[in-house]
Amino acid sequence: MTNEELVTIAEKEQEQQKQYRYRIMVCSSTGCLSSRSDEILAALESEVKQRGLENEVFVKKVGCLGLCAAGPIVSIQPDGILYREMTPEDVPAILDRLGGEPLEEKLIDTSEPFFTRQKKNALENAGVVDPERIEDYIASGGYSALIKVLTELNPAEVIQEVQKSGLRGRGGAGYPTGLKWSTVAKAEGDQKFVVCNADEGDPGAFMDRSILESDPHRVLEGMIVAAYAVGASQGYVYVRAEYPLAVKRFRIAIRQAEKMGFLGQNICGTPFSFKVDVRLGAGAFVCGEETALLQSVEGNRGMPRLRPPYPAQSGLFGKPTLVNNVETYANIPAILRNGGEWFAQTGTEKSKGTKVFALTGKVKNTGLIEVPMGITLREIVYEIGGGVPDGRKFKAVQTGGPSGGCIPENLLDTPVDYESLKALGSMMGSGGMIVIDDRSDMIDVARYFMEFSMEESCGKCVPCRVGTVQLYNLLGKFQRKEATEEDLQTLEELCDLVRNASLCGLGQAAPNPILSTLKYFREEYLAKIRKPSPVEEEA
Amino acid sequence: MVATTRKVNPPDGDRRWKIVEATMRRHGYASTALIETLHSIQETFGFVSRDALNYVAESLNIPPAKVFGVATFYNLFNLNPVGEHVFSLCTGTACYVKGAGEIVDFMKEEFGLEPGQTTPDGKLTFMVARCVGACGLAPVMILDGEVVGKLSVEEMKAKIREWVNHDK
Repeated sequence: MTNEELVTIAEKEQEQQKQYRYRIMVCSSTGCLSSRSDEILAALESEVKQRGLENEVFVKKVGCLGLCAAGPIVSIQPDGILYREMTPEDVPAILDRLGGEPLEEKLIDTSEPFFTRQKKNALENAGVVDPERIEDYIASGGYSALIKVLTELNPAEVIQEVQKSGLRGRGGAGYPTGLKWSTVAKAEGDQKFVVCNADEGDPGAFMDRSILESDPHRVLEGMIVAAYAVGASQGYVYVRAEYPLAVKRFRIAIRQAEKMGFLGQNICGTPFSFKVDVRLGAGAFVCGEETALLQSVEGNRGMPRLRPPYPAQSGLFGKPTLVNNVETYANIPAILRNGGEWFAQTGTEKSKGTKVFALTGKVKNTGLIEVPMGITLREIVYEIGGGVPDGRKFKAVQTGGPSGGCIPENLLDTPVDYESLKALGSMMGSGGMIVIDDRSDMIDVARYFMEFSMEESCGKCVPCRVGTVQLYNLLGKFQRKEATEEDLQTLEELCDLVRNASLCGLGQAAPNPILSTLKYFREEYLAKIRKPSPVEEEA
Repeated sequence: MVATTRKVNPPDGDRRWKIVEATMRRHGYASTALIETLHSIQETFGFVSRDALNYVAESLNIPPAKVFGVATFYNLFNLNPVGEHVFSLCTGTACYVKGAGEIVDFMKEEFGLEPGQTTPDGKLTFMVARCVGACGLAPVMILDGEVVGKLSVEEMKAKIREWVNHDK
């Protein structure tokens, strides 16, 4: 495949789509699919045929359109219309009104901050391209970064571009991506691996699922570029088995890319060869930790090990291995297409670019959003999210899943970047953002996360295996109002111990939900401390 | 020395073992194919039996203790058969703050089921799912593979009753 051939495919596809006066796009991500968007798609296709509009109206399935709360969503282009809560019965009415007045009662106001305050890069194609057609991805500029990289840049220049962009790992820890790439590139070894971490385990997070379902080729292109940069010949995508649609679409993407010669031997006529396989997770949260993930790819129990050596030196099968998250790879193609400086224009000094969040819980507009780094939590919750529904009061926003913390109202003006969130005792995490209203008890919330960490602890190291159980039981005493002053002290000491003595990130971060609620909602703990009964006082 | 592949017979004459066999063959009977093979068994039979574990151990030349260890380490593998109908409740954070916990109590009161249990008549299994990533629809439950969301706790209870009684 040469650049000319790629341009020809893109032009042909664009030409074909331009022939139609209207393009109707139906969201086919997990959220909308479970509200039967597949039936809407089928109804649209048959109704268009029945009305003899096949040459005028083009119906296609696309990835996530973002506003999951209003699903199933249908988008009509070029008119820029978005319809909410569609049913197959609405299909004739939509077609009746094509080009005329839109269906008022189902119309979504796209001038709302939910749409205008977002800035898209990783989700650029979500809701635009058909995720199961490589031609559609190519038509929107897909694989041009790969061809540019293979024909114009050497691996060192690719890494330089990624370093210039300032991109940091989107899995949560925020390690500089370019630095990681250069470490793997410099590592010695006859074979190297590139691994994509799609084991999105944080409850309340679905960014990676949506990216894989909406634009699998973007992630694949990012991986191929990475493999070229670090000198890897084999890649693995480790994806949760709980995401069957993401797995299916990624497998289709691999097959299509192989057919077009973007994967396999001598890619695009160069000496570079690279292959990608899918490995299914099996429901173990700890496998999101990179050393545990690599164990699982090798067919073992997913138990982490001490680092160093880091996977960059000794990873999969003891070979140098690059492990990046789905969203990190999804940012790569645009960085190479537009340059690292372009990417670095967005964001803060230390956190560049945009970040995808799954905004859920007690917020009006639940869904998938992508925002520039540096935006405040308040803007996300109140402007994009539309605030707390049912006239309830905001209490906290939880970021970073079981490893993160709860942030109270008075700190909502904190900008979203790696350092600021960490300073609050939470973390960026992979991008789950759950809004909690005044009906939730913060000790219940802390105990919910502790139960999760307790069940997901792999059992390898004692502080995590035993500590999480003890913490969970202590929180139970608070819930039952049986706790004493001494228990509060033990709770704090134990949090400190588990954080400092655990082997991997799961244990080290497990106390965060308790520590952050102790810090910002201490009165709730104090209120649950048992008052000495009158009899005891007399004694 | 070249390892010779021993032909290991499947636990019984069920033709579906050919699917499992094919998975192992595709990976060249490498020990690294263990998790992929367990997936294949569960997809084919609905659960992973003891006999199946021994069969995999022998075929891939892995100690049975390790096969058992891996199969029990991961939440997804069922070592016991599941009921005719499977009710899964998502217990992710978004579902939790929207009241999924009350449904756990409801399942106990109404059907006497704790998570992971099946009714004595083998009709209904109650599972709790790890976050299924459909948080925009929270609270979410999965009735025989069909995702149902955006209901209040009371509406969920009504829907569960209706679904359970459907084919009685």
